[in-house]
Amino acid sequence: MKYVDEYRDEAEARRYLAAIEDTVTRPWTIMEICGGQTHTFIKFGIDELLPPEIQLVHGPGCPVCVTPLEMIERAIAIARRPEVIFTSFGDMMRVPGSDADLLAVKARGGDVRMVYSPLDAVRLAQANPDREVVFFAVGFETTAPANALAVREAKLLGLTNFSILSSHVLVPPAMEAILGAPDNRVQGFLAAGHVCAVMGYWEYGPIAAKYETPVVVTGFEPLDLLQGTYMAVRALEEGRSGVENQYTRAVTLEGNRPAQQLLAEVFETVDRPWRGIGTIPMSGYALRDEYADFDAVLRFDVEAIAPSENEVCIAGDIMRGLSKPHDCPAFGTECTPEHPLGAPMVSSEGACAAYYQYGRAG
Amino acid sequence: MSDIDVAGFGACPIPIADYPNVLLAHGGGGSLSSMLVETMLAPTFANEWLDPLHDGAILDVEEGRLAVSTDSFVIHPLFFPGGDIGSLAVHGTVNDVAMCGAQPTSLTLGMIIEEGLPMEDLWRIVTSIRAAADEAGVAVVTGDTKVVDRGKGDGIYINTTGFGRVPEGIDIAPSRMEVGDVVIVSGTIADHGIAIMSVREGLEFETALESDSASLHGLVTAALDAGGADVHVLRDPTRGGVASATNEIAAASGLGIRLRESDLPIADQVRAACEILGFDPLYVANEGKCLVITSASVADDVLAAMRAHPLGTDAAVIGEVVDDHPGRVFLTSRIGGNRVVDMISGEQLPRIC
Repeated sequence: MKYVDEYRDEAEARRYLAAIEDTVTRPWTIMEICGGQTHTFIKFGIDELLPPEIQLVHGPGCPVCVTPLEMIERAIAIARRPEVIFTSFGDMMRVPGSDADLLAVKARGGDVRMVYSPLDAVRLAQANPDREVVFFAVGFETTAPANALAVREAKLLGLTNFSILSSHVLVPPAMEAILGAPDNRVQGFLAAGHVCAVMGYWEYGPIAAKYETPVVVTGFEPLDLLQGTYMAVRALEEGRSGVENQYTRAVTLEGNRPAQQLLAEVFETVDRPWRGIGTIPMSGYALRDEYADFDAVLRFDVEAIAPSENEVCIAGDIMRGLSKPHDCPAFGTECTPEHPLGAPMVSSEGACAAYYQYGRAG
Repeated sequence: MSDIDVAGFGACPIPIADYPNVLLAHGGGGSLSSMLVETMLAPTFANEWLDPLHDGAILDVEEGRLAVSTDSFVIHPLFFPGGDIGSLAVHGTVNDVAMCGAQPTSLTLGMIIEEGLPMEDLWRIVTSIRAAADEAGVAVVTGDTKVVDRGKGDGIYINTTGFGRVPEGIDIAPSRMEVGDVVIVSGTIADHGIAIMSVREGLEFETALESDSASLHGLVTAALDAGGADVHVLRDPTRGGVASATNEIAAASGLGIRLRESDLPIADQVRAACEILGFDPLYVANEGKCLVITSASVADDVLAAMRAHPLGTDAAVIGEVVDDHPGRVFLTSRIGGNRVVDMISGEQLPRIC
């Protein structure tokens, strides 16, 4: 299949593996930011083909995983209301709250529907004027533009029965939080290519300089990740920091300007709690005052909901690169995809789910 | 609409002007029930076993072994590219009987209809059942119809039970699998699941893709004629796809199965849809494909026989039976890495980004 097979070529993969092996002289810890990259590493068995000096740790770039528990609880509280049609991407359906997930709410009679685009939720609101349609707007800079577009569209249409539960998070502040922590182990980053397709990579230069860390903007196919890893290892071995772009077929320095303008029009940057990690300053998007009518938290008065986390789950340590999924005492025993304690075990981008599904026992 | 001729069976025999939708009374045992049975169902499925309209069918029994399988069909939407719930209800059960190595001969048919189902839709489904049964060479020998309140069903649910005779010398069981056996799939995988996804409400995407729903016993017969007793396992990888089917076989046999990603036949459109939705085609349902596990010695002959059959033109060897990793399925990825292929938890859900 064109545009896919070229990036999964075995001979090319061997060439990059050999180049990495020739370059590496000592141990390095490299973090891939995005959960999609984690899954490609494990799904194609790349982690086991890399030389043992290279330790991959898995970053916080799984939107489902970092969505704070209180947002899940707010979603569940709203979805239980009889007048509400609660819409969400499929990924969020099985994320555990304190005592239920959205699929359980659906099973007990809640009108919970999976959509593939926030604009589908806008159309649902148009078609159901007597119902309240709420969209669970999670994700990084990648999904935020489509959600901003949905809100602007709803405003243009004059809809009064559409709102979003916004839990958007931003990559650069999370990278700073990881690098600035006293126990940080990460020496180089593979930045998330799709986030950079929207935002460009101008934000990463100051971070790379401040923490003297190489950052390679990297794609999601096996050869992307191998090339990105090679570029990061080469920079580390040569003692260079700074930003390089592996994913040139999708990413430019300045990114997608119209999308950035749309984001700035609809959202403002706010402090945001990350599940398992804690509050990171200026790391999330909230709706601007002009769009406050579309804020589900205000509309349904659910701000007071603030539950506490399961104490066994070490999701936060995993997403900061301090631990691997199989370091968790609950991994594969108390915590499985059927009975998850934390979000990384259920999300299609979660590190624990990747380790469990593809048999990485340790 | 009322004079629509479905698959050569003529117009709906129930007067549509009087009964545009199925009513509770059509399942109530009274005159409307009789009308449904006598004007629509009995004439459509007419055969010597059904015609007496007795409480049950009386079948002649031959010496030997009988394979029986039952399956219920709850698919949404009822009509999809490449088939409908009626044809699926025949193919699904015929295939389960065929996977026992048996030649299917007869089916039972139970229908639970939701009040309000358009009578035309019921007629389309009933004629589709008959057409699929004819094509498969099986007779519908007994049946049952119930109607439930509006809102208590999804249009129609169908249950079929199939019967078939297992020929002498055929012994299909995971326990017969041996290290070194070859795993063959009869064609491209994941077609059915992606075709259904493409028409599901809220997730429509344009594709010319059709479900692979088909009766496989002809193909199975071709494989058994070529491989005989050296064919050890047959399985149709329906719900849960090839991943779940191979896991079940591995667990039941106590041996391992190694698959090669680059050898899996997958249509480009299906691969593209899976890439977009974040699905692994190994876990997506098939309704017209089978896995055949044979001794290596006959694998070439079995593969050639399958490819000569119209439903097996894309048949391919996708892996082998191994003694390491007992009870588990492994996959060698396109770039040479390895991973476990596990059973899926729940169903695959489209991803965020």
